Amino acid sequence: MNSLKIIFDRDTWQEIFGSIQKNKVRTIITVIGVLWGIFIYIALSGAAKGLDNGFERQFENVAMNSMFVWAQRTSIPYEGFKTGRNPQLKIQDVQALRNNIPAIQFIAPRNAKGVFDGSGGSQMVRGSKSGTYSIYGDFPEYTKIATKKIYDGGRFVNQADIDEERKVCVIGERTQKELFDEDEQPVGQYIRVDDIYFQVIGVHKYIEGGGFESDGDVFIPFSTYKKLYNTGDNVDWFTIAAFDDADVIAVEEQVKQTLKRIHRVSPKDERAFGSFNLGEIFGRIMGFSQGMTFLSLIVGIATIIAGVIGIGNILLISVKERTKELGIRRALGATPAEVRIQIILESVFLTFVAGVFGIILGAFVLSGIDAATANMTDFPYTNPTVPISFVLGALAIMITLGTLIGLIPAQRAVSIKPIDALREE
Amino acid sequence: MGSSSLHVLKGIDFAVEKGELVAIMGSSGSGKSTLLNILGMLDVLDEGSYTLDDVLIKDLDETKAAKYRNKFLGFVFQSFNLINYKTAAENVSLPLYYQGVGRKERQEQAIKYLTMVGLADWSTHLPSELSGGQKQRVAIARAMASRPKVLLADEPTGALDTKTSYEVMDLIQKINQEGNTILVVTHEEDIAKMCKRVVKLKDGVIVEDVKVNQVLAADYV
Repeated sequence: MNSLKIIFDRDTWQEIFGSIQKNKVRTIITVIGVLWGIFIYIALSGAAKGLDNGFERQFENVAMNSMFVWAQRTSIPYEGFKTGRNPQLKIQDVQALRNNIPAIQFIAPRNAKGVFDGSGGSQMVRGSKSGTYSIYGDFPEYTKIATKKIYDGGRFVNQADIDEERKVCVIGERTQKELFDEDEQPVGQYIRVDDIYFQVIGVHKYIEGGGFESDGDVFIPFSTYKKLYNTGDNVDWFTIAAFDDADVIAVEEQVKQTLKRIHRVSPKDERAFGSFNLGEIFGRIMGFSQGMTFLSLIVGIATIIAGVIGIGNILLISVKERTKELGIRRALGATPAEVRIQIILESVFLTFVAGVFGIILGAFVLSGIDAATANMTDFPYTNPTVPISFVLGALAIMITLGTLIGLIPAQRAVSIKPIDALREE
Repeated sequence: MGSSSLHVLKGIDFAVEKGELVAIMGSSGSGKSTLLNILGMLDVLDEGSYTLDDVLIKDLDETKAAKYRNKFLGFVFQSFNLINYKTAAENVSLPLYYQGVGRKERQEQAIKYLTMVGLADWSTHLPSELSGGQKQRVAIARAMASRPKVLLADEPTGALDTKTSYEVMDLIQKINQEGNTILVVTHEEDIAKMCKRVVKLKDGVIVEDVKVNQVLAADYV
């Protein structure tokens, strides 16, 4: 009999089941060892993946290689200026930045009232209803960097709005709730912002996580904002997205250096311009979750190995107990190869069954966690899955280990001469 | 096993013809079990030669020995040596499994040999559900299932009471009458007398080798 035929032979399996069934309790406990290992592996790597997805979701509305840059206060005297000067970002800086830094893909200057200035925002009135909301002056480019989901029937600020300085606004979900009746369609309606009437062109869906924006924010064209609040060429901050393949940290540094040059700030002045580099933060978080994935891989595989060693151990004891039985089999004509293959197959079979059950159990637990955390939007945990390659890889590792570990008891089984095996009482 | 060698058999020269029923007798330490183990290819000889059915048995590795055992020999042991988690029929069909016989054929053969030893109704029973005599009969059925050239029985009645012993010997005699060659190791005179030839061993040499008038076990049953 060649080995392939043995593996696919129904009788072989009957022999294996026979000897496995002989000691059910022990078999089950052994299987639990490996089952636990693969369960830990699946649950951990699924959880790590869930965390990974969760972080990604937190950042999904912002380009991952984006940054914010704003002006602060100088800390080094330069070109005759004293320290403590406040450089002012200008709309002209955009062109300079674009010209100097080819890695910039999008740049969106923004102005805002009620965000960093402590004013609380603008008073908005509609009929008898009113509220105070943050208001932003925006370019359409902004949506290229930070996705703004606009409800059906509406749109974000576009270039024509900018060019014609239109009095249009995009309002938030909360703004809609507070200024409009429930069954009212806000798009096309007018609201009064600081005594000027604006037509609502869209309602944006608020996505939690990341940044300072809220569900009450109102966006108007940058040019309209300029006129409304008399901001001239001033810009509060730039939102910049680098190309996907660019090094965001380097771009951030180039942006700051360019701004320092334009605004006559010492190149060594670290405090004149502030920035928040999402790309860098994101990279760190992704690094962390990759670390988690790696850790779960290591822990999981180590647990699997421990489980498989347990199987080897149990089979070794089992072989010792079955010395006589194996002796009988050999007296009846079982060749050493047949005995060996039987023991190895027992090992592989136990490992495999345990593995499959562990995977099923792990999947159940993961889907349970998923269901439990589905509504917790603040908790960075989404869609915990294990890539099929991980699962198949784990199974392959288990079968390999099961075979290798099975070799030890198998060798033990045939190392005893039949005559000695039979003598054993 | 041991590192110090002990010469158990010191020159055994005998031949068994086809169809013989030979009792090998001797006190413990006389070498009778060693002789049987060599004949059974469970042990190897240091010197001399062993020819079975015109085949010179030598240079046996484990695989070769296993094949010869499977093809030429049937074993019956004092302690029955049935596999305790297998039914009577499964035990009987085990040597056929190692011969590569198909499942259906194996089952048929198992039932056939169990019928021969009068245990057809017990085919689905586990050894733990059988009496000593029944176990030994299952063991004999198992030994015969592979149609061996020689049946080697090592103290087949050693663990049985007198009445059951005679029943087992009756079965062995019947199998012998069908032309099978059987060697029985025993130290009981009455069992030896039920064979056709008695070989007595002492300290590793044959001290007596006589044909006897067979006592039929059936007379005592």
